[in-house]
Amino acid sequence: MLEIKNLHANINGKEILKGLDLVVRPGEIHAIMGPNGAGKSTLASVLSGNQAFEVTKGDVTFYGKNLLEMLPEDRSREGIFLSFQYPVEIPGVSMVNFMRTALNEHRKYNKLEPMSATDFLRTMREKKELVEMDSNLANRSVNEGFSGGEKKKNEIFQMAMLDPRLAILDETDSGLDIDALRIVANGVNKLKRTDNATILITHYQRLLDYIVPDFVHVLYDGRIVKTGGKELALELEDKGYDWIKKEVDGE
Amino acid sequence: MEQQYIELYKQHHESIKEHSATVMNTLRDGSFTLFEKLGFPTSKLENYKYSDLKEPLSIDYGLNINRVTIPVNPYEVFKCDVPGIHSFLFFVVNDAFYPVNEPNNKSLPNGVIIGSLKEIATTHPELLKDYYGKLSTTKNDGLVAFNGAFAQDGFFMYVPKGVVLDQPVQLINIMRSDVDFMANSHNLIILEDGAHAQLLVCDHTMDEVRFLSNRVTEVFVGENASYEHYKLENTHIKTTNLSTLLIDQKTSSTVLTNVITLHNGVTRNSIEIDLDGEHCETRLCGMVIADKNQQVDNFTYIMHNKPNCNSNELFKYVLDDNSKAGFTGKILVAKDAQKTSAFQINKNILLKKTAKMSTKPQLEIYADDVKCSHGATIGQLDETAKFYMQSRGIPEAEAKLLLMYAFTSDVIENIRITALQDRIKILVEKRLRGDLSKCEGCIICQ
Ligand SMILES: Nc1ncnc2c1ncn2[C@@H]1O[C@H](COP(=O)(O)OP(=O)(O)OP(=O)(O)O)[C@@H](O)[C@H]1O
Ligand SMILES: [Mg+2]
Repeated sequence: MLEIKNLHANINGKEILKGLDLVVRPGEIHAIMGPNGAGKSTLASVLSGNQAFEVTKGDVTFYGKNLLEMLPEDRSREGIFLSFQYPVEIPGVSMVNFMRTALNEHRKYNKLEPMSATDFLRTMREKKELVEMDSNLANRSVNEGFSGGEKKKNEIFQMAMLDPRLAILDETDSGLDIDALRIVANGVNKLKRTDNATILITHYQRLLDYIVPDFVHVLYDGRIVKTGGKELALELEDKGYDWIKKEVDGE
Repeated sequence: MEQQYIELYKQHHESIKEHSATVMNTLRDGSFTLFEKLGFPTSKLENYKYSDLKEPLSIDYGLNINRVTIPVNPYEVFKCDVPGIHSFLFFVVNDAFYPVNEPNNKSLPNGVIIGSLKEIATTHPELLKDYYGKLSTTKNDGLVAFNGAFAQDGFFMYVPKGVVLDQPVQLINIMRSDVDFMANSHNLIILEDGAHAQLLVCDHTMDEVRFLSNRVTEVFVGENASYEHYKLENTHIKTTNLSTLLIDQKTSSTVLTNVITLHNGVTRNSIEIDLDGEHCETRLCGMVIADKNQQVDNFTYIMHNKPNCNSNELFKYVLDDNSKAGFTGKILVAKDAQKTSAFQINKNILLKKTAKMSTKPQLEIYADDVKCSHGATIGQLDETAKFYMQSRGIPEAEAKLLLMYAFTSDVIENIRITALQDRIKILVEKRLRGDLSKCEGCIICQ
């Protein structure tokens, strides 16, 4: 579904992604690991259409369509979902209003009528239960005053509401307590189907105990420099990144 | 500019007085003399720094000194912006109180008097004489002095001791004329001790001529009384709306003012609050949505004269195109006004680089045990929030709208009449969507 070829991207004139390749097929789970500042969030931002990043080279297609030419909102409505590393607070916009607007925009894009109020509230309730989200949170402004963990749960709740074909979870596990980690991971697993895919950006092998990846990639200095199975994550946990850096920098 | 009005007064002061009331006339010559001295305010004056009134004041307006009845039936022409709020409804056409009582008004509680200032000044002079001009004549302000010289009528409301008005009072000002026209109305509102009232003032224009309204409203809020004053402006771009709201608060009284400019031409709101007793609460809120060449200046002045009072200000502006706006938050804390707390926030969003905002907190504090803070920001819409929304499938235009709407929401929350709050939410959303790029409820804009 997703094909990234030789992707280069800059921010403020500084090159961050330096020729990145990745192919994701339906049903797959990909974990992306890598040292701080390697470009993991940058990749997520570029895929979701953040204008702050400038793509200078390369192609990205999503189900054959040129993703890079799409507006951020269209990427979402085509089925790409980004769980933000740092979810944004939007004072004055209620979660309910935000989600209703988003959901109905997705439906409009797919030529469906807006969801009725009762159906919408029922869906909200179901999806909240999926991530065991406190009901009060849905009545508050988007992420405003949410704790770090609540924000992450809220991302997965939104993912459940929008039912994406490709979910990119940027460090959704960091900041979660042990119970919340299990709940969030369960939520992701429950949403998993053979026709959707997940990219997990994480620093911790622990998450991969819950959500078992088909592939583990190491992103270093703007490129994917190593790919393996789930055992690669264990090896990284054990040995750190130095040996990989040496391999790459020594080339 | 001033000269033609000075001549007019000299020639016609007899007629002006003849068509007004004695209580008003006793202060008239004094006001005129003050106006002769001050003239119209210019932006050179500190208090009028952000108001550019030169052009609108140079127009040759007609005045209705001889009180010729304007042929209009407000009930027929006026489609209320705020239907269904169950209010006591009254009209002022130009600067004359419309004498026919709204057929659907239920009867006012015992002792409450609402009507024409001129009529009641004649029939009940004892009610007015301790109040009329008491605040306005202390102001060294050209527009207020001009109003004192030329105003002949206006809206009057009296709520006796302990009486609670259980429905809001709605005053609709309609500007109606075939020629460029100036109206000078004077409103007087008296709440005795323990009284409670909510007033919603709506400003509308009907004809496509130049209008200038120069209104002075004096409000006296007795001990333990509470008063809410909402002003909703929805006028056309040829309107100049100059409004001075002067409020005097006695011990333990509570006041909320919320001034919403949805659509206008050139607007100046002066709001001056005199905290004249301990333990008063005052909240001033306001919102401006402006585009095209609209101008709005909100000037606020809170005088903390006595200890233990709280004041709070919240003003939000959304400015587009070549609109130009100002906010002044002047606060005086007198020497013995200890334990004062005064907070002020003014936040502004400029949607285009061509829009212009000026904001100025002005604190004069002579007491030492006070809590004061002020904050002003001028910025654009939050790009990260906008992107976050887009990343959930919300189109950019809709995301912007939600953000602008959210930005104004805390001002809307400061409307304590539920039906009015609901209605303003809709009007603000429509306005932000551009569906209200003309004023609603007036004939020429439809
Ligand atoms: N707005 C920006 N301006 C300048 N540099 C930026 C900006 N955003 C990111 N960068 C830089 O881009 C590089 C890659 O950042 P990115 O956030 O993609 O790293 P990451 O792999 O997600 O790291 P982490 O594991 O810490 O989340 C970093 O060096 C970072 O400082
Ligand atoms: Mg990151």
